[in-house]
Amino acid sequence: MSERSKENSPSRRQFLTGVAAAGAGAVAGTNARAASPDPLITEVQDWASSFGDGVDVTPYGLPIQFEQDVVRRNVEWLTADTISSINFTPIHALDGTITPQGCAFERHHSGAIELRKEDYRLMINGLVDQALVFTYEDLERFPRENHVYFCECAANTGMEWAGAQLNGAQFTHGMIHNMEYTGVSLRILLQEAGIKPEGKWVYVEGADASSNGRSIPLEKALDDVLVAFKANGEALRKEHGYPVRLVVPGWEGNMWIKWLRRIEVRDGPVESREETSKYTDNLANGIARKWTWVMDAKSIITSPSPQAPIKHGTGPLVITGLAWSGNGAITGVDVSINGGKTWVEARLAAPGQDKAMTRFYLDHNWDGSEMFLQARAKDATGYVQPTKTQLREVRGLNSIYHNNCIQTWWVKESGEAENVEVS
Amino acid sequence: MSKYHKLIVTTALAATLAAPVYAGSYGLGRPALPEEVAAWNLDVSPDGTGLPAGSGSVLDGEEIFADQCASCHGDFAEGVGNWPKLAGGADTLDHEDPLKTVGSYWPYLSTTWDYVNRSMPFGNAQTLEVDEVYAIVAYILYSNDLVEEEFVLSQDNFLAVEMPNRDGFILDDRGETEYIIFNDTCMSDCKDSVEITMRALVLDVTPEETAAKAVSVEAAVVERVAVKETVALDPEMVAKGEKTFKKCKACHQVGEGAKNKSGPVLNGIVGAVAGQAEGFRYSKPMLAAAEGGLVWNEEELIAFLTKPKSYMKGTKMSFSGLKKEKDIAAVIAYLQSVSQ
Repeated sequence: MSERSKENSPSRRQFLTGVAAAGAGAVAGTNARAASPDPLITEVQDWASSFGDGVDVTPYGLPIQFEQDVVRRNVEWLTADTISSINFTPIHALDGTITPQGCAFERHHSGAIELRKEDYRLMINGLVDQALVFTYEDLERFPRENHVYFCECAANTGMEWAGAQLNGAQFTHGMIHNMEYTGVSLRILLQEAGIKPEGKWVYVEGADASSNGRSIPLEKALDDVLVAFKANGEALRKEHGYPVRLVVPGWEGNMWIKWLRRIEVRDGPVESREETSKYTDNLANGIARKWTWVMDAKSIITSPSPQAPIKHGTGPLVITGLAWSGNGAITGVDVSINGGKTWVEARLAAPGQDKAMTRFYLDHNWDGSEMFLQARAKDATGYVQPTKTQLREVRGLNSIYHNNCIQTWWVKESGEAENVEVS
Repeated sequence: MSKYHKLIVTTALAATLAAPVYAGSYGLGRPALPEEVAAWNLDVSPDGTGLPAGSGSVLDGEEIFADQCASCHGDFAEGVGNWPKLAGGADTLDHEDPLKTVGSYWPYLSTTWDYVNRSMPFGNAQTLEVDEVYAIVAYILYSNDLVEEEFVLSQDNFLAVEMPNRDGFILDDRGETEYIIFNDTCMSDCKDSVEITMRALVLDVTPEETAAKAVSVEAAVVERVAVKETVALDPEMVAKGEKTFKKCKACHQVGEGAKNKSGPVLNGIVGAVAGQAEGFRYSKPMLAAAEGGLVWNEEELIAFLTKPKSYMKGTKMSFSGLKKEKDIAAVIAYLQSVSQ
């Protein structure tokens, strides 16, 4: 982001306006005395005198207009067409752990289709005692579960393999969301059809034109996979697979089939396009890893970051970010302000949950000097998030997916931040 | 129906959940009919399971490919712009920026057949006949120099086709190669110095963020476009346009010696009557528009380049459009400059 675009950004302008109105003394994080009384306090404001909106003005509410820049964004040059493309969650502007559906990233292979519940059918076939067809209403009659899980695209941070490219946490790490899902255990549905002993895999596919079929080992399918129809308490959004999607906790987002229409029990994988030509990891010697399903532990400082610079000067500064692991719960996050020379343990807002996002905070007293901010996640298996150098030593430079390296933000004395690579 | 299906679940819910895999039943859903399974169970496995009877030749495939696939994938499966390249890249997998195509990377031919059959053509999936799918796959193999021109692919010789990279994959080995060494929890004196080795701002590929800026740019572009007819071309705009025109170059040539490719030659296009490039096979809608007197003035070009497929339904131009008005204005300036 250029300096000029920052000057023009609504949040920046609002901030400046706010500062002007409140008096310059409010800038520093000290108990500076106001030069003159604040008219926002001393004068009766419109909103303190007249009416606001009545109920029903917005039957389904959107964020207030002042938050209109907190939206998904895409990177045009990444893909040929928005129909088969991806956009990014504005993680730099969110807090807590739950991602609102309306700004949770989208990834379509053939566009987001509109499929009515009435037209929805789910088939289970293949190596089962009885091939079955379920309607949406059928699914609602099975015992239900609630779980919070992160969904991360395997390509998240993929553009950063070759070096620092995109200047913002939204773009480097925004192919992720974290929601509370309501649905039925896939195990129960498979039991309903009865799995034959030869059944070792399931192949799952969507109802859209891409179908985006993926093979999943039966062990995982019977473990924690959900057939979900609600997220964050309400129906899934069209762009996330309404009315029914698959939730494959801890595994790459491509396997979370949207508009789920068929589950085939098989004795082997299909080796579909999405699990051979895509979502495989080319190593330096030209050999590629396949079946790299798990998303390893990762973290990112969401603020301060290039899209969320420090605007308040020296003094108290909240450094915050997100951490997650597909192998289990986050047990800790370390933060460095000097590019990894020294680290301190951040405060987790809540104990880490299995395969779900964890929010961390470091309450810091900023002296106004430049910082090289890094975060490092640790999970329940003892795994520690690696540096990009460590990853490159194992995988070479030709990988696209599964880049979970430690990210560096160079925070300058001005408070602005930039995506950099450091030695 | 499964024998378990008839069990009635009453108070034993917890027991059911904890019980072995094959023992649950709620009696929900209905049996899938054979016709229904046949309609959806389309996947094809590496061993050929699921492959329907049929055949298709390279020669037939070439024609079908030109009609159905080439607008994105190129006449020779070489890919247009950002669309996937299906051919080439042999022996590049261990190079910098490997080119991963059906020929160089895909381990199984079944994957190609399955994907073409189930998900292509883009925007018109599941419309190809079985023999057409065989023919397209045969042509993709030919484009990768894997079969001869007279080759005919069928369910009988399907497994005989050798995919060059069939042994190019290993199973996820992160447990052995990464998990055991990614455990550095150093807290102090972890390194001596920290130097910046690369900066994102130097590359400058991050999308611009603000609505306010977009509006002002648009206004500026509109102004520029409006006055351009009466003033000389802005060299800066022309230079920008030449850069943007790289996106068009896969299909369009300009300048001396330009030839029609998958798109027509664009010399003199600004202000020209539509559909006049000699020897180019235009789409029917384009010919109809030409007959209707369409002239490529700036207004029409802007509309077309913004969203080609919405502007002219059925156009051969597969390009999705230039989203920034300043890019469109720049490309038009460039096209004017090469026509002068």
